[in-house]
Amino acid sequence: MLNFFQLILIYAGVYAIMAIGQNCITGYTGMLSLCHAGFFCVGSYATAIICKVLGFSFWLSLPVAAIISGVIGFLIGVPTLRLKGDYLCIATLGLGEIIRNVATNLNPVGISQIPRVELFGYVFMSRNKWAFIILIWAFVLIFYLLFQRLLHSRIGRAMTAVREDEVAAASNGIDVTKYKIVSFVLGAAVGGIAGCFQTAYTLTVSPASYTFMVSVMVLCTVVLGGMGNGKAVILGAVIIQFISYFPQLTGLTNVIPAQAKQMIFGLILVVMMVWRPQGILGRDKFRYGCEKKRLFGKKKEGAV
Amino acid sequence: MGTFTLYMQYIVNGITLGAIYSLIALGYTMVYGILKFINFAHGDVLMVGAFVGLLVYEALAGAAEPGMWTIFCFFIAMVISMAFCAFLGMFIERVAYKPLRNANRLAPLLSAIGVSFILSNGAAWIFGTTSRRFPYPFENEPIHIGGVTITPHQILVIIVSVAMMVLLAFFVNKTRMGKAMRATSLDQPTSMLMGINVNRVISLTFAIGSALAAVGGMLAAFDFRVYPSMGTMTGLKAFVAAVIGGIGNIQGAMIGGVLLGILEAVGAPLLHIPNGMRDTVAFAVLIIILLVKPDGILGKNEREKV
Repeated sequence: MLNFFQLILIYAGVYAIMAIGQNCITGYTGMLSLCHAGFFCVGSYATAIICKVLGFSFWLSLPVAAIISGVIGFLIGVPTLRLKGDYLCIATLGLGEIIRNVATNLNPVGISQIPRVELFGYVFMSRNKWAFIILIWAFVLIFYLLFQRLLHSRIGRAMTAVREDEVAAASNGIDVTKYKIVSFVLGAAVGGIAGCFQTAYTLTVSPASYTFMVSVMVLCTVVLGGMGNGKAVILGAVIIQFISYFPQLTGLTNVIPAQAKQMIFGLILVVMMVWRPQGILGRDKFRYGCEKKRLFGKKKEGAV
Repeated sequence: MGTFTLYMQYIVNGITLGAIYSLIALGYTMVYGILKFINFAHGDVLMVGAFVGLLVYEALAGAAEPGMWTIFCFFIAMVISMAFCAFLGMFIERVAYKPLRNANRLAPLLSAIGVSFILSNGAAWIFGTTSRRFPYPFENEPIHIGGVTITPHQILVIIVSVAMMVLLAFFVNKTRMGKAMRATSLDQPTSMLMGINVNRVISLTFAIGSALAAVGGMLAAFDFRVYPSMGTMTGLKAFVAAVIGGIGNIQGAMIGGVLLGILEAVGAPLLHIPNGMRDTVAFAVLIIILLVKPDGILGKNEREKV
């Protein structure tokens, strides 16, 4: 039982990192990308190859995975993001399938027995789950803070402007295409890094596990929590992982069909869109420089 | 077999494949023309169509010898499957897209992905994930013309697709409802002011698109077998076909489908791509089209660039 909770926490952490990337694309800039499974796959393979084949440290694979995913994101983003409309989602849907296709063709059996992660002489063993939980959630926190800073920076404000109204943003001197590409590349890079952590925990890579379903799960995580809201997305990751491990947790694997969770994810997307498009927690309102003022204002009111 | 006949063979195979893509692409393009959004669930409606067609056909024909009766059964199955998918399409539109018509651009897309996921996994739950063969309703004895081999099922695919497209062209261009549909696609608020029931037009668009997808699904079933995730890749390629022809343009979808089929059938052997990576061709074509001529072959040259 505790074991499953630990497992949920580990995977929730991995998905939270992915969802932070997806949130940058979908929540901040309002684009629909459907290939986080692809970036996840790239990151996993980057770690596997760098640690196993080339014999370098796990920590080197993080920037490498980020760069490779980012470059792939850039290459796919440049032709599709110049255009208005939803070409990105169909191109990324294709890209996700292509990455998996290529991985399956080049390496059908996957890579196993990848060396363990080491930090200052401490080896992360798979059975010591708390160490992994701390490791992964530390990175969740780092990425959360980074992307929160990003949202409140000049770039983040430009992205939000693009989401709200492309024409208005362009007429205010924002280079719409540039910020779309920046957002997409950043999201892709974070997706790649999430793949590294997945490999670090499972120590195996198999091309069959990076299906479209992973992309939909990440999307569902963002939509469920609330698009554009960092905290909500992390909450979403925990809920989604809880749903997906619910049969194992309750020991009802024989009763609940394997497809049930996917159907629930589909249902979540439809139901959330129809009834609560802002997600459980809702969108983090843009509070640049006015939060404190409002707090003070309230105090004064109380005093008077 | 000379190189020329070999390539003729590829082209014949490509045209059959392309005819199927065209039928499916029509659904994407019609919905995009009117609602300006990509109906992700379209590929899965195709899968549902193939399953319904298969079940009805098996129930009717049973283990009968291929002959007139089985061909008759095939068409009955096709009509039932079309009707079922038409209702399914209208139902999906009513439940998942209609409440979002005035929401932001992202909402219907996400909702469509949700619907697609529910359909494909629901099918996997009910029918299992193993793929099934669609039995040929006739003796599939190949016919040789010169060095080129054509199977009767390819002829069936082409005849049915052409018939469907002619019917659709007649409906859109010659009937009152078709005129309403074209008007809605041009300018929704104005057509509403002119007394067109836009909701009915949208429902009808989904019904027609889904019925065509059902036909496409049943025809694709001969080549690809029937399984719950068959709609994903076929649907994606059909969308590429719609983009090639110019999305929103009905003739464009027909031409784009056939063109993509030929490109895919000829491109893989021409570039020595292993058969497992054939899907990459369609995707590369999409990227090239988006780079060079994003409006497609027949698209109007009004690039929506911001």
